[in-house]
Amino acid sequence: MEGAGPDGALLLGAILLLALSGVPGLFARKGGSGGERLAAILTSAASVAGLVPAVRILFFGAGFRMEFPSPLPGGKVLLAADPLSALFLLPVFLVPALGAVYGLGYWPEAGHLRDGRKLRFFMGLLAASMAVVLIARSGVGFLVAWEVMALAAFFAATTEDRQPAVREAGWIYLVATHAGTLGLFGMTALLGATTGSFAWEAPASGIAATGSAHVVFLLALLGFGAKAGLFPFHFWLPGAHAGAPSHVSAVMSGVMLKVGLYGLLRVTSLYGAPPAWWGGLVLVLGATSALYGATLAAGQGDIKRLLAYSSIENVGIAATGIGVALLGRAAARPEWIALGLGGALLHVLFHSLFKPLLFLGAGAVLHGTGTREMDLMGGLLKRMPKTGAAFAIGCAAVVALPPLNGFFSEFVVYLGLLRAFSGPGELLLAGFAAPALALAGGVALAAFVKLFGVVFLGNPRSEKAAHAHEPGLSMRVPMLLLAGACLVAGLLSPLLVPAIDRATGAWAGRSPGGAMPLSSAAPIASVAIWGAAFGAFLALAAAAAALLLRRRSLSRGPTWDCGYARPTARMQYTGSSFGEWIAFRLTPRVATSPLEERLPEGIFPRGARVSAPAPARDPVLLRFLEPLAAKWARRFSGLHALQEGRLTFYLVYVLGTLVALLAWSVLRGWFPLP
Amino acid sequence: MIHIVVHVLLVLALPPLLTGVIARTKAAFAGRNGPPLLQGYYDLARLFRKGSILPEGSGWVFLAGPVAGVAAPLFASLLLPFGGHTAPVSFAGDMILFAYVLALSRFFTAAAALDTGSAFEGMGAAREVAFSCLAEPALFFGFVALARISGSLSLSQMLGTGPGWVTAGAPLVLVAASWAIVLLAENCRIPFDDPNTHLELTMIHEVMVLDHGGPAFGLVLYGASVKLFVLSALFLRVVFPFNVTDPRLDWIAFVAGILLVALSIGVVESVMARLRLVKVPQLLVGACVLSAFGMLLLAR
Repeated sequence: MEGAGPDGALLLGAILLLALSGVPGLFARKGGSGGERLAAILTSAASVAGLVPAVRILFFGAGFRMEFPSPLPGGKVLLAADPLSALFLLPVFLVPALGAVYGLGYWPEAGHLRDGRKLRFFMGLLAASMAVVLIARSGVGFLVAWEVMALAAFFAATTEDRQPAVREAGWIYLVATHAGTLGLFGMTALLGATTGSFAWEAPASGIAATGSAHVVFLLALLGFGAKAGLFPFHFWLPGAHAGAPSHVSAVMSGVMLKVGLYGLLRVTSLYGAPPAWWGGLVLVLGATSALYGATLAAGQGDIKRLLAYSSIENVGIAATGIGVALLGRAAARPEWIALGLGGALLHVLFHSLFKPLLFLGAGAVLHGTGTREMDLMGGLLKRMPKTGAAFAIGCAAVVALPPLNGFFSEFVVYLGLLRAFSGPGELLLAGFAAPALALAGGVALAAFVKLFGVVFLGNPRSEKAAHAHEPGLSMRVPMLLLAGACLVAGLLSPLLVPAIDRATGAWAGRSPGGAMPLSSAAPIASVAIWGAAFGAFLALAAAAAALLLRRRSLSRGPTWDCGYARPTARMQYTGSSFGEWIAFRLTPRVATSPLEERLPEGIFPRGARVSAPAPARDPVLLRFLEPLAAKWARRFSGLHALQEGRLTFYLVYVLGTLVALLAWSVLRGWFPLP
Repeated sequence: MIHIVVHVLLVLALPPLLTGVIARTKAAFAGRNGPPLLQGYYDLARLFRKGSILPEGSGWVFLAGPVAGVAAPLFASLLLPFGGHTAPVSFAGDMILFAYVLALSRFFTAAAALDTGSAFEGMGAAREVAFSCLAEPALFFGFVALARISGSLSLSQMLGTGPGWVTAGAPLVLVAASWAIVLLAENCRIPFDDPNTHLELTMIHEVMVLDHGGPAFGLVLYGASVKLFVLSALFLRVVFPFNVTDPRLDWIAFVAGILLVALSIGVVESVMARLRLVKVPQLLVGACVLSAFGMLLLAR
């Protein structure tokens, strides 16, 4: 071990603490609160200890590099952190700690004897493995950490494995993540063959992006794109995020998706000048994900599925920025790099504030009402005013309303697209991507008006909603912290710019054009000032209106409902009706699920019924992957004969494979290929 | 400085006049006398003196709608150049702030409608958010095209390209046509919506505010007229991007132009019928296609 420095030691200590945070609880008395409290304390301590080196590297230091000897192929395990790693480490240390505190109220040991300890153990392991993924710099170590992360997420997400829907979602996730890992194995092997070592380090001018580099990129896009939830590899995401306990969803959505984006950035940073089609492909996939995620979100009836689809949209926005940056490196345009990657990184950071807030809020709603079905809710703002206010802030941030943080990152991404089209050497793709993001933004606005309006506004649509209650302090505090962060983070974005510049420099340092500071590419300070001015103006207008109304006589009266004398809560517009325009009329038919309708027939019609079931599975899974898988399963049915179902035979297969490989390598030595 | 004061005064004082001009134009087409030009002001004065009835079960969001509906377009106006004068606030990318500030008012107006718990108003909110998300790309294709023509990313320069009509006339015509549709759609004018009816199931905007009364409704009306004024000014600057040499004449030309836009809206409303609701998205997609073509023409 060399060159660790205090930062490296502290970071490793924090990671170890995270990994072990759930372990004491495994041995604690079942049903006692000692283990869960200890886990929350350890996770919080680890997050403070981890944030210190991450912030230091991001804002001041140059990072660290450590080597461990290892018996694994590739020789040594290399751990290193540069500003790019450090930036992604921030949410890794922030969100799981808030999740652990939230879990004290949301998933108390006393109420979850069967799965509480398992959940806390895997939550700690998940956070620690994500941190290791972000600092692992050699192929084999990276893959090990990656696999631990994938499995820890699987076990955490399938905490409620007695529910069939959760088991199915977990299974789909497991298949998807391993398909992705397969791609990463191939990528690591190819990359190792090109550079001659498994260390992910490149010469100062970068690896030449020729020959097998294109395959490496495509495999990386498959493996990391599947983890990030980019269209069309996102099919596992809605089910897994909806079925997981809410604080696990918050970690998966707020942090784990970003680890996928990080991987893509790390691998592309090794190349000197990536060809233009890499950036173009990422840009197209990003914009498609944004549109797809927003459109599907608007049609969902389950709060958490809606949020999961919105995560696909947000990953798409970040990927659009990455696409612009890659194109900027291909064309040696520092301005595109600064704006594209700067916007993407800001969006990564900001999304990891507002999406966990929304998932925790959804958890509070689930906790208070016992259901995730939007159409059974209504009027919760009255019963849960604090959760509701925090949730409103989250909704406004996710649809990028100024002056909340989501606006500032999307602003930079838009600016990158506009610059890429308006300047010389214009990019037609960018000209189409900006309006596509605008459309996605408009649809997302519809989705979140629906979410907030149907759940929190109006009158309760069911008994469950009528008796909802505000959650306890341990659940409220993380939400309020995140809501506060969403309020100020955007306005403070000028302070983040130096950190973004360092991360951009770490990514684009090997490209010929180099990077330029974000502050000279985008008027960040002006936007922050005028965003703040807008916020102040809104507050002023609200105060003035309150004053105006105070001097008038106010009274309560029944809601006007077409002159109908006795309106009831059941007559309110439901979430399904609200989303109907977008989900059925503005969405291509391939992506919709058909209306279930029994229309009135004959002269004396019986009761008619129309219902709009939200699709239980993602359209890509339903229309494309499942038929494909069924087809191939039929083709391979002949191989069933090999499936003995007895362990001994499988062990023999393993041995046979090894012997065959050995024989092949020996024979290859005897008869060298020309 | 004096121009900023004029700018702010105009945007505060002039909007209700536009609705008066539109109403008079329509009355003239129908052979009636019509309401006085200043009826908008009288209505506001009357509404602000009244009390207010809040629907049962509604909370702070119900009142946040009207407030955001006024504050957002007023703030957005600061980002727009009026006539030949640069906007009080101008920086690269200000049009993105412009678009999202207006999105904020839409968010809260629709949320306020849902807060009433009425089926009718929920319906209006659903239509509003569904249709305006189609207007968004039309607006942005136009922004992209104008940014390309002017080589600038700030509204004050993007909208001031007089020479653009010589070098890039065809794209500008397409963008102007597209934005004219957006202007009508975003302000709930015929052929998209009829601001004069309150009781039809095919309405969009008016149906969202049925339960607002008194000062709250006054804010809604005023906010709607400010939005009309702001989007008219945006449209006007595309069609007439020239500067009159004298600053005072410039202001006069601007006010005359705005009134002319209002007059044209009145003419459109008089000679057209409202579209069937299912046709509304088609027209909006048409607007997107128009401005997308405008952008494509500039690509090479």
